[in-house]
Amino acid sequence: MIRYLYVILLAISLSVSANSIEIYTFDNKQQEKVYHSLTQDLRCLVCQNQNIAESNAELAKDMRRKTYEMVKQDKSEKEISAFMVTRYGDFVLYRPPFEPMTWLLWFGPLIIFIVGILFVVRFMKSQKPDAQVDSLSEEEIERIKNLHAEQDKK
Amino acid sequence: MSETKPSMLRRFTPFIIFLIMASLLLYMMTLMNRGDYNPRDIPTELIAKPAPEFTLPDLINPEVMVSSSAMKGKTWLLNVWATWCRECWREHEYLVTLAEQKNITIIGLNWRDERTDARNMLRQLGNPFSQIAFDPNSEAVIDWGVYGAPETFLIDSEGIVRVKHKGALNEAVWQEKFARYFTGVTQ
Repeated sequence: MIRYLYVILLAISLSVSANSIEIYTFDNKQQEKVYHSLTQDLRCLVCQNQNIAESNAELAKDMRRKTYEMVKQDKSEKEISAFMVTRYGDFVLYRPPFEPMTWLLWFGPLIIFIVGILFVVRFMKSQKPDAQVDSLSEEEIERIKNLHAEQDKK
Repeated sequence: MSETKPSMLRRFTPFIIFLIMASLLLYMMTLMNRGDYNPRDIPTELIAKPAPEFTLPDLINPEVMVSSSAMKGKTWLLNVWATWCRECWREHEYLVTLAEQKNITIIGLNWRDERTDARNMLRQLGNPFSQIAFDPNSEAVIDWGVYGAPETFLIDSEGIVRVKHKGALNEAVWQEKFARYFTGVTQ
């Protein structure tokens, strides 16, 4: 029974992977490298949290094919990503270029982190005086001991 | 007593921050509901730029080529449609109205379809297009930065893209985005 289940699962997983990856042949290693690095870095426009290498969407397939065609024509990685950017904008890149428009995007997380740290530091500082009030001075401890001693005598 | 005021303010700070965040959320959601903002929209790079050229076989007469450069001197629409796109079925009637009543030149770009399916749809709903480029391999589609259907572009007489609308066309969208390019030209 379990063996059948394995066979079914294997069949499903095979059909899924066969679905998403077309078999492309390249003239040389360099072309293959360019193709893989590009499809990792280009964003699928209909399923925005995937790159086109991972996506099953039709548009991602079309973009893979377009990328493949251009790679086969020995276009460089830069040329191909520029081709996509002039058509779909910076959005198509998973790593947007570093320019004034995208500074907030690049520095945003860092800014939020620093603001968070500042808050924590301020919070900890405001806690300190209270903590000092709570702790007893040696004199006070002595007094408590005396009080206990007196009580014990009674 | 002089101490109460700042401490009151302090106590309410989180609440005020919450109110600001909540109203921001509400604002964005109303925009999205009205269709004025869609987080999945990708701004087009083509506005005010020359329309990308395409030469593709005609959907109905495959021997005839449909070419964007033949449209120079005219203000025209490029409408990306497909039989697998539901909104296109919904939009179609309005396209027929545009072509027949307002005399607008619409070139269709049929995307990733079977010829027979696409022809059947036109037979059922009417044909608003003066020509239809058949693009089963998304060649012109990628060149025009299209990522969904329907999408409609307006190209002016100098061959410059002036408007892109993502989603179905209707009278309201027409009046808001397209109508002003046609006043006194064809109507």
